[in-house]
Amino acid sequence: MQKKMLEVIDLHTNYGSIEALKGINLEVYEDEIVTLIGSNGAGKSTTLSSITGIVPSASGQILFEGTDITKMKASDITKLGIGVSPEGREVFGGLSVQENLKIGAYTRKDKKEIAESFEMVYDLFPRLAERKKQSAGTLSGGEQQMLAIGRALMSKPKLLLLDEPSMGLAPNLVDLIFELIVRINKAGTTILLIEQNANMALQIADRGYVLETGKVTLSDDAKVLQANDDVRKAYLGSAE
Amino acid sequence: MILEQVLNGVMLGMVYALIAVGYSLVFGILKLLNMAHGSIYAFGAHMALFIVSMHFGLLPAFLFAILTTGIISVLMDRIILAPLRAKNAPNITALISVMGVSYIIQNMMMIIFDSTKKTFPKLFDFGNVTFLGVTLTSTQIAMFLIALAFLVLLTVVVNYTKVGLAMRASRENAKAANMMGIDVRRIVTFTFFISGMCAAVAGVLVSGYYQMVYSTMGTEAGLKGFSAAVLGGIGVLHGSVVGGIIIGVAEALAVTYLGGSFRSATAYIVLFIVLLIRPSGLFGKDNIVKV
Ligand SMILES: Nc1ncnc2c1ncn2[C@@H]1O[C@H](COP(=O)(O)OP(=O)(O)O)[C@@H](O)[C@H]1O
Ligand SMILES: [Mg+2]
Repeated sequence: MQKKMLEVIDLHTNYGSIEALKGINLEVYEDEIVTLIGSNGAGKSTTLSSITGIVPSASGQILFEGTDITKMKASDITKLGIGVSPEGREVFGGLSVQENLKIGAYTRKDKKEIAESFEMVYDLFPRLAERKKQSAGTLSGGEQQMLAIGRALMSKPKLLLLDEPSMGLAPNLVDLIFELIVRINKAGTTILLIEQNANMALQIADRGYVLETGKVTLSDDAKVLQANDDVRKAYLGSAE
Repeated sequence: MILEQVLNGVMLGMVYALIAVGYSLVFGILKLLNMAHGSIYAFGAHMALFIVSMHFGLLPAFLFAILTTGIISVLMDRIILAPLRAKNAPNITALISVMGVSYIIQNMMMIIFDSTKKTFPKLFDFGNVTFLGVTLTSTQIAMFLIALAFLVLLTVVVNYTKVGLAMRASRENAKAANMMGIDVRRIVTFTFFISGMCAAVAGVLVSGYYQMVYSTMGTEAGLKGFSAAVLGGIGVLHGSVVGGIIIGVAEALAVTYLGGSFRSATAYIVLFIVLLIRPSGLFGKDNIVKV
C-alpha cells in the first residue's frame, strides 16, 4: 500500500452564513493523480482553498503527511510541500514570466536548487522559456495556464493542486495541458486535480471523487466512475 | 533668474517626491490614501528635534526619527487598519480612520511639544555652491542628494530584491501572493515601515531647510506630497518622483512671479491641469510598469 499523503476528514467551510463544505472526506496517496469533479458551485475550489489555508475551515481536519495543517498559515503550508495552480490562473500580469516563477520559489532558500527548478520548468514548458522577460499579462490563455502550473512547481511541491487547468482553453491546448500533467506526475509529483471537464480528468486519474453541494457523493477508481451511469449522465454528457 | 527658481524648485521637489512615494507605496498595496502621512511626516521631524535638543547630533537624530516614525506608521496599520481589513470593512472606513489617526498624532505632538514653532538646526551648512551661474546653498544640495539617495535605495529595493518582488506581487494580487507562500501581512507591515521612513527623512530635511518644526507642519507638506503622487499617477514610483519635481518647480516659480501667497494654491492648480488632460496622472494605469 502506498503512503497516505493528504487526508481530509469531515471538513466544513463556510462563507458567512453560506455552508460551502458540509463534511468532506478524501484521501490522496503518494504518486497518485486524484480528481475532484462536480458541477459549478459544488465546493471544489473551496476544498482546495481550505487545504492551502487561504480560507479558514469551520471544523474538521486536514492532515498532510501526518501533520495537522488545518489551522496553519498559507505560507507554512506552501513550505511543507503543497503547491497550487489556482482557478482562473491568477498569474501576476504586471510581472515578467521569470518573476512569476521566482515568486513560486518564494519559500525556498537554496539558490542552486531553485536554479534547477527553473531549468525543469523551462524544460517542461519551452514556451515559457521563450517568453522569460515578457510580462505575464501579455501571454495567451494557454501560456498563462502553463505559467500558473510552472509557478506552482517552483515551490518543489510533493503535492500539486490544480484547479480547473483546462478552463477556457482550446481543445488542442487542453490535450497538451493534460499530457503535461501526466508527465509531472510520472516525474514524482502527486496530483489533486479539480476539473469540470470530468471526461478528461477521469482518463488520466487513478481515483476520483464526485462533489455535490458541499458533500462527496461518490468516490471510486477513475475507471469505475467513468463507467458509472449517474456520473455519465451528470458529468460526461449523454453523447460520451 | 528663471533657472535659479527652477533649480530651487527641483531641490525642494525631490523632498516632495519622497513624501509622494510614501503615499504611493501604501496606495499600491492597499488602495488606501494614507491621509495620516502628513502627520507622520511631522512626527518624524519632532522625533529628530527631540534628539537634537538633547545634543546627540544629527546622524543619531536622523536614525531615531526613521526608526520611531517607521514604528508609528506600522502601529497605525497593526492597531487600526489591520483589524478593519480582517473584518472586510469598506475602504471608506479605513480612510476615515487614517484621518482620525492624523489628528490624534498631531494632537499628541501639540501636547508633548506644545504648538509653538521651534527652531531646528540648519542641515549641512557649508556655504554656497555656484552651478550654471546659479547659487545654491549646501543645505539645499544636501537635501536634494539625501532625498535622491533614499529614492534610489527604494527603487532598488522594490525592483531588484526578493522583498521588493513580494511587494509587487502582493500589490497586484494579494490572494495569489498568499497562495505562493508570501506572508502578505508582513509585506504590508514592511510597506508601512518604509513609507514612514520616507516621511521621517522628508520631515527632517524640510525642517533643516526652513529651520523650523511645528505640530501642524504636516498638513501642507502632506497635501503637496499627495498632489505629487496623484500628479504622477498614484501607485507609480517614478511617477511620484516626476510629480514631486513638477510641484516643487511650479511652486518656486509661482512664489517668485506671483508672490508668496500663491505657494499653496499652485500645487493644486498644476494638479487640476494635469488631471484634466490625463485623469489617471502622468504615469498612471495601463501605462508603463508600476511600483
Ligand atoms: N468568496 C465567496 N464568498 C461567498 N460564497 C462563496 C465564495 N466562494 C464560493 N462561494 C460559494 O461557495 C459554494 C462553493 O463554491 P466553489 O467552491 O467555488 O465551487 P466550485 O469550485 O465547485 O465551482 C458556492 O455556492 C459559491 O457560491
Ligand atoms: Mg471552482
